[in-house]
Amino acid sequence: MKTPQKTIGMRLLGGHLWVVYTFLYIPILVLMGLSFNDIGMPTAWGGFSTKWYGVLLENDAVLNAAKNTLIVATVSTFLATLVGTMLAIGIESRGRKTSSALEALLFAPMIIPDIVLAIALLSFFTLLDFTLGLHSIILSHVVFNIAFVSAVVRTRLKNFDFSILEASIDLGASEFTTFRRVTLPVIFPGVLAGGLLAFTLSVDEFIIAFFTAGAGSSSTTLPMQIYSMIRFGVTPEINAMATIVMLVSFTLVFISQRINKGSSVS
Amino acid sequence: MTMGVSDTVIRLDHLTKRFGSMTAVDGVELDFQENEFFALLGPSGCGKTTLLRMIAGFEIPDEGKVLLDGNDITQLRPNRRPVNLMFQSYALFPHMTVRKNISYGLEMDGINSVALNSRVDETLETTQLDELAGRKPDQLSGGQRQRVALARALIKRPRVLLLDEPLSALDKKLRGQMQLELKRLQHEVGITFVVVTHDQEEALVMADRIALMRDGVVEQCGKPHDLYENPGSRFVAEFIGAMNTFDGKLTDNGVEINGLGLLRGAVENNSQAGMNATLAVRPERIKITKTPPMGEDNSISGKVDDLAYHGQDLGVHVRLENGAMALVRVSAADPIAESLSDNTKIWCAWSPRHSRILTS
Amino acid sequence: MNTRLKTAAYVGPGLGWLALFMIIPCGIIFVYSFFERGTYGGIDFIFSFDNFNRALDPIYLNILLTSGRIAGLTTLIALILAYPAAYAISCAPTRRQPVFLFMVMLPFWSNYLIRTYAWIVLLNREGLINNSLEGLGLISEPLPLLYNEFAIITGLVYNYLPFVILAIYASLSRLNPEIREASEDLGASSLTTFLRVTLPLTMPGIAAGSIFVFVLSIGNFITPDLLGGGRLMMVGNLIYDQFLSARDWPFGSALSLMLIGVMMMLLFTQAIAVNKSMGERV
Repeated sequence: MKTPQKTIGMRLLGGHLWVVYTFLYIPILVLMGLSFNDIGMPTAWGGFSTKWYGVLLENDAVLNAAKNTLIVATVSTFLATLVGTMLAIGIESRGRKTSSALEALLFAPMIIPDIVLAIALLSFFTLLDFTLGLHSIILSHVVFNIAFVSAVVRTRLKNFDFSILEASIDLGASEFTTFRRVTLPVIFPGVLAGGLLAFTLSVDEFIIAFFTAGAGSSSTTLPMQIYSMIRFGVTPEINAMATIVMLVSFTLVFISQRINKGSSVS
Repeated sequence: MTMGVSDTVIRLDHLTKRFGSMTAVDGVELDFQENEFFALLGPSGCGKTTLLRMIAGFEIPDEGKVLLDGNDITQLRPNRRPVNLMFQSYALFPHMTVRKNISYGLEMDGINSVALNSRVDETLETTQLDELAGRKPDQLSGGQRQRVALARALIKRPRVLLLDEPLSALDKKLRGQMQLELKRLQHEVGITFVVVTHDQEEALVMADRIALMRDGVVEQCGKPHDLYENPGSRFVAEFIGAMNTFDGKLTDNGVEINGLGLLRGAVENNSQAGMNATLAVRPERIKITKTPPMGEDNSISGKVDDLAYHGQDLGVHVRLENGAMALVRVSAADPIAESLSDNTKIWCAWSPRHSRILTS
Repeated sequence: MNTRLKTAAYVGPGLGWLALFMIIPCGIIFVYSFFERGTYGGIDFIFSFDNFNRALDPIYLNILLTSGRIAGLTTLIALILAYPAAYAISCAPTRRQPVFLFMVMLPFWSNYLIRTYAWIVLLNREGLINNSLEGLGLISEPLPLLYNEFAIITGLVYNYLPFVILAIYASLSRLNPEIREASEDLGASSLTTFLRVTLPLTMPGIAAGSIFVFVLSIGNFITPDLLGGGRLMMVGNLIYDQFLSARDWPFGSALSLMLIGVMMMLLFTQAIAVNKSMGERV
């Protein structure tokens, strides 16, 4: 039986949770709401309109940046998913405790301040006289994406019974067949979730892209475009773009949640 | 069973495996016969699983050979050996149905789909899994999973089936049933079974022959009855079944034990009087009386320290005069069972022919 | 030997990538920080500790201390907000917990720039908050909400709060509920149970969340840049300026190295604390 005291305590806790949710969602909802405001300014409501989306779609710089972001995110996700998954399998299949040095190495890209990684990569590319552009952004994004993909896939491999691989070989399958018919199908939800996470991160990443993109606007990515628009001031176009970008991110997160659902029960 | 050359399916020739500085398996010589149920028994870490994995091909020995029907298969890859392994965890493919799990091995052999399907159907039926064919492993009970693992390994009709702790994941009651079930199955399919277990009772019930291992070495190999009745060492005596042991000095016709006097038993010819020796006797070979026994039997006196009721028998823990403890098993049918209570003064007696004198 | 080779083949590309594009670049930063800035913005390869001495110059030291203070306050506020929220989620019916957690994490996955920008819209002189307050007649003059420490801390807390809730929730959900019941069974009040049992056992989650927020806050660039409006500088902005405006790469490198140092120190302390508490439990 619950004491009345406890109930009051629980109510307070519950109330606090909803305050936190309000804090988390108000800014997002305000932006989304404003994007449909005809005047475009938060000062007053001028009626529902989608005209800012129209303005946005006519902005060539934005469209070009969106295209660049799509290229960077797709390629870096593909590379990071491939390499990160292999890394995760390699580490987890050894069947012994991972050394803390290796854990630290895999954790570092997730927590190192992006400004530090950004200037480090800029120094590196400059020292090598490497031409900067979309390709250098891709190479850089793969760094932190490897860490995230391998972390997600490793979580999935924690409950993985590696003797099923030996069972497959024992039953006459080759290493390759075993990978194709056993390893991959079993870890696939983790790989896909890791890939979607990598894609989301790459789409959103600003500073590293900013430093490794090189001069000129040809390799501007969407976050770089958003940054320069924000620096310019509050404009209604940003609200529309913010809404679209957030909806895309949320959709990806929803999909990855769906995929990992049921399989992450442990 | 005749022990001709043609009857040997697998022969292990001085098999040795080291992991770093640790020798997991040390010069093991064993052979498994056609249609035999063989148990590799031993405490955890004794090297029995490593031995099994060398036969399956998952470990390459550092020394020695694995011979199958006389052919050296030591270096042969696991997927090329006509030997299948049933894993301790069962290692069922979690993303495949029962049917897919079972047909996997045949698919790898490239058998045409008509033959494959009929053989899978047949196996599903004989293992009573046909109703579960569409289920995934996580929808099965422990016993059902075990049957799928068994069916999956057996459908390829291997020369030898290796089973790594096949019953350890099951609860006690089911384990008892499955011991007999496995034995029956082995008889039916006529394939040599080599089972690894740490459970001596399981080995005694199921196996035609047992090899008891310790620290990478085979301590003793023989029929269950031999190991139980004629243990070659104190380790074997104590590992298999319960055993009372008394340490003392060897004499011409027994062992002189401090505080208990001479306990008699057959002494081997090549042993020397005066050396350290242990006299061992099984708890069920000892008779309890409340008056001093007559005759030629060994006899020692003591007091009942504790009684453990098992249903079919009674475990009597006796504190002997020299302070040592002995265990005696009294059948429930024996009238004396009811008259015992703590601190009852009793005599324990047994025939010298049930004494085992161990010098190692 | 064969399996070792196979592991190397799996692990090689990933570790190689990290070595080439993270360790070597960070190594370059390390080396640069001991050199001097060249006359035309290049690097003079003269070994010196000048960059580190310079960081202790009052102007820069002040920036470092401000960064530390902002990061510290952010961490504290985030913890105070996060703990009860995580506790509330862990008390919800098991089936609904993932949904509550998902609702916490969802904003975390949207674009960082946009989440920060939203606060410009809210905190502006003509922004939603000032507008509403004026509309209600509560204030006559707009409050100076934006371009100060308050705005920066609000933005940082907003951005990292979900992660702290997640970290604390993770350690709360690992807690065996019977331990709490045992404490109450032995006569402890709810408060005593919380202080003497729950709180100490969830320290790993608190530590993980705190370190994450602190490290990401102290090295942050976007939030002070957008919400501080250039009036308030943090280390991240200073590094940015050294690379893009002042063209003093060695000094920027030295500052970065100091950030990495702070980060490694915190992670190291945490690793030791975790090892110690694991040792005690065995």
